[in-house]
Amino acid sequence: MLKVSIYRYNPEVDDKPYMQDFDFDTQGKDLMVLDVLEQLKAQDTTITYRRSCREGVCGSDGLNMNGKNGLACITPLSATVKGNKLVLRPLPGLPVVRDLIVDMSMFYAQYEKVQPYLQNNSPAPAIERLQSPEDRAKLDGLYECILCACCSTSCPSFWWNPDRFIGPAGLLQSYRFLADSRDTATEERLAKLDDPFSVFRCHGIQNCVNVCPKGLNPTRAIGHIRNMLLSRAT
Amino acid sequence: MVRAVTSFGRSGLSDWLVQRVSGVILLAYFLFIGCNLIGGVDYIAWKALFAQTWVRVFSLMALLSLAAHAWIGIWAVLTDYLTERLMGTKGNVLRVALQLLVIVTIFVYVVWGVQILWGY
Repeated sequence: MLKVSIYRYNPEVDDKPYMQDFDFDTQGKDLMVLDVLEQLKAQDTTITYRRSCREGVCGSDGLNMNGKNGLACITPLSATVKGNKLVLRPLPGLPVVRDLIVDMSMFYAQYEKVQPYLQNNSPAPAIERLQSPEDRAKLDGLYECILCACCSTSCPSFWWNPDRFIGPAGLLQSYRFLADSRDTATEERLAKLDDPFSVFRCHGIQNCVNVCPKGLNPTRAIGHIRNMLLSRAT
Repeated sequence: MVRAVTSFGRSGLSDWLVQRVSGVILLAYFLFIGCNLIGGVDYIAWKALFAQTWVRVFSLMALLSLAAHAWIGIWAVLTDYLTERLMGTKGNVLRVALQLLVIVTIFVYVVWGVQILWGY
């Protein structure tokens, strides 16, 4: 029997959060963590979590599983269970709405700050803005982000300053538009990033790289932003 | 853009650059001092070493690097942990008080260091 321990908190009923333990029979299968949650929810319908696509595309079910952030739907038990125990907690550092659901407002506010959309002030061409295959290749490893918040909520700098440090997810998207050959707002974008918090609270500990379920590298993107700032200001 | 008026250079990029350059200077200085200490050193040799102007200039450079390096590092720690978000108004009072204490300490050490280097 697998011991599953789940963080429970319903602010309407509970004074404070507590851990609830369940015994779970995997019947010898290497299930995904989300499958375990689904079956437990069939027993106890009050267990609350977000989920949607169940295949690592939507980014809804970011959780802290045995101390490491990841997507429950694409994390097999074999990858996370140690000593027959599975501890499920909400993503760290964000306010808990209920059980495993966190309030992502601060995360989205930082995302909004980097203006994550193409800005181009030249007249629009008749058909489309063309991009060479080489320029398009610069966006690989950047555009795949699904905004699950696993990276930002594993980052201590984001825990302490979620209102001032943009965080790995936001900065990866920031660089996605800085690196885009069709975007003409590079200078304005960089000017907004020069303060001691937005980018420079990153101390390169690479927790973000360690947890990204899509295998992306925000630390490298942040390094690129720093180099762009450096070549612009020295 | 987040405003910060107590950071060393008022710019994240400048602080980042100063932190790295001062780190390299400090490494070079401690290697230099280490090399001079490794074979054992007496008062005469130590005084002769610091009688040379270039050693005093190098020492002052290391001292100023240490001051900048310390301020940037401690400022980052204080603005991480002692904030209004984490501690309420108490965080602001504590942070500003400690920032003041740290900057006064650093200032005293720099002036005292200059006095030691050129005073004897």
